[in-house]
Amino acid sequence: MSRKTKKSKLTETGNFDPSRRSFLGTMATAAGVTLAPGVVLYGITRSSSAKARALDAAASSEVRWGMLIDLGRCDDGCNDCVSACAKENGLRGFDRPETDAQWIRKVDISDPKTGSSKSLPVMCQHCEEPPCVDVCPTGASFKRADGIVLVDKHTCIGCRYCMIACPYKARSFVHEVLEDQKPHAPRGKGTVESCTLCVHRVDADQQPACVEACSDTGGGAMLFGDLNDPDSEISQRVAKYASQQIRADLGLNPGIRYRNL
Amino acid sequence: MNLRRACMGMLAVLMASLAVVAHAADEDNSSGVPMPVIPMGLGDSCVKDTDFMRRNHMDMLKHQREETMLKGIRVEQYSLKECISCHAVNGPDSTPVTVASPQHFCRSCHDYAAVSIDCFQCHASRPESGDSSAGHGLSSIFPTTQNVSGSQ
Repeated sequence: MSRKTKKSKLTETGNFDPSRRSFLGTMATAAGVTLAPGVVLYGITRSSSAKARALDAAASSEVRWGMLIDLGRCDDGCNDCVSACAKENGLRGFDRPETDAQWIRKVDISDPKTGSSKSLPVMCQHCEEPPCVDVCPTGASFKRADGIVLVDKHTCIGCRYCMIACPYKARSFVHEVLEDQKPHAPRGKGTVESCTLCVHRVDADQQPACVEACSDTGGGAMLFGDLNDPDSEISQRVAKYASQQIRADLGLNPGIRYRNL
Repeated sequence: MNLRRACMGMLAVLMASLAVVAHAADEDNSSGVPMPVIPMGLGDSCVKDTDFMRRNHMDMLKHQREETMLKGIRVEQYSLKECISCHAVNGPDSTPVTVASPQHFCRSCHDYAAVSIDCFQCHASRPESGDSSAGHGLSSIFPTTQNVSGSQ
C-alpha cells in the first residue's frame, strides 16, 4: 500500500490499470476505516465531497445533480416554479409567446381513453447523453462534470441546431437586445439558452429557484439532489418508488425524473 | 480706424483661444496629451497593481470565465461580477450607471483607447440593485490616470 510499492508496480507494467487503481482505493478506504476512523474516512468517502464544495474547487463527476418531480403533488393551476425561474434568471417576455425565452414551462397532458390529465413542469432534462451537445458545431453546448448541461455563450453562434436536436423543446433563442440582465445569469441576443439548474445557486450549496418556490408556496413536488450519493434523499426516493424519465426510450438518461406520470 | 478695430478683434480672438488651450492643459496633464477620466474603485487597492491590471485584465477575465463557466470554480476575487461591483460608479440618481453611460468604469478607458468590447451584450454592467456595498459617487473620481496609478 505504500507509495513505493505503487510506483514500482507502475514502472513494471509501464501502463495504467484502472481496475488496479480502484482496488487500491477500496483498500485505502477499508484501511482508513479500520486504522483511523474519523480521520481517513472523511478524506475518501464520496458523501463528504459531494456537499458544500469549496469556492475554488471544480465541479466533480462524482456528483450527478438531478431532480425528482412528484406529479401527484403538482397542481394544474400552479405556476410558481415558472415564475420563480423567470424572477431568478431575469427572464422577461416581449409579448411574443412563440419566441419569448422559456426555461421551464407547464405542460398539460391527458389520456383521451380515460380522460385523466396531468400537468408537469418541463425544463432542460440535463441528459447524461445530451443530443444538444452532440450536434453543436462549436462546442458551445456542453455538459459540466456534475451533469449540468449548459451553453457557453462566448462560443455559441446562434445556429439553433441544439434547439432542433433537443427532444424536450427545452431551449430558447434570444431574439432581442437585452438590458439589465442578472449578474449571475448572463444572457444576450443571438445565443441559445436553457435551464441551468440554477448553477450559480447549486455552486453556492443552494437549491434551484423552482424547487425552492415549489416547497415554499407550491405543492412541494420538486426534490433536488445528488443522484450519485446513495445517502441523498433523492437517491433513496428513486430507489424506493417507481419514477419515470420522459422519452426514456431515447436512452438519454435525463437527470430529471417524474413520479406518478 | 477700421484697421485698428480689426486688429483689436483679432487680438481678442487670439487671447480667447489661448485661454481655452491653457484651460484644457490644466485639466488634462502637464504633457498636454488628453487623458481619460478613470473612476476610482472601492477599497485601497485592486486585486493586482494598476500597471498589471491595465495590461492583463482581459486575460484574467478570460481565464476566470473558463474556470467559472466550464468547471464551476467561483473564486470571487477575480470574477467579472466583483470587478463590476467594486468599480461601479453612481450616476446623478445615485444608482450605479450602466455601460450606456460614458462614466462607466470600463467605458471610460475603452472609449479613449477605441476598443469595443461585447461583454455587456450578455453580462450585467452594474451590480444588482439590492447590492448596497457597491457603487460610489462621482466625488471619488480622480481627474487623471496619473493620479489613479499613483494611489491604486
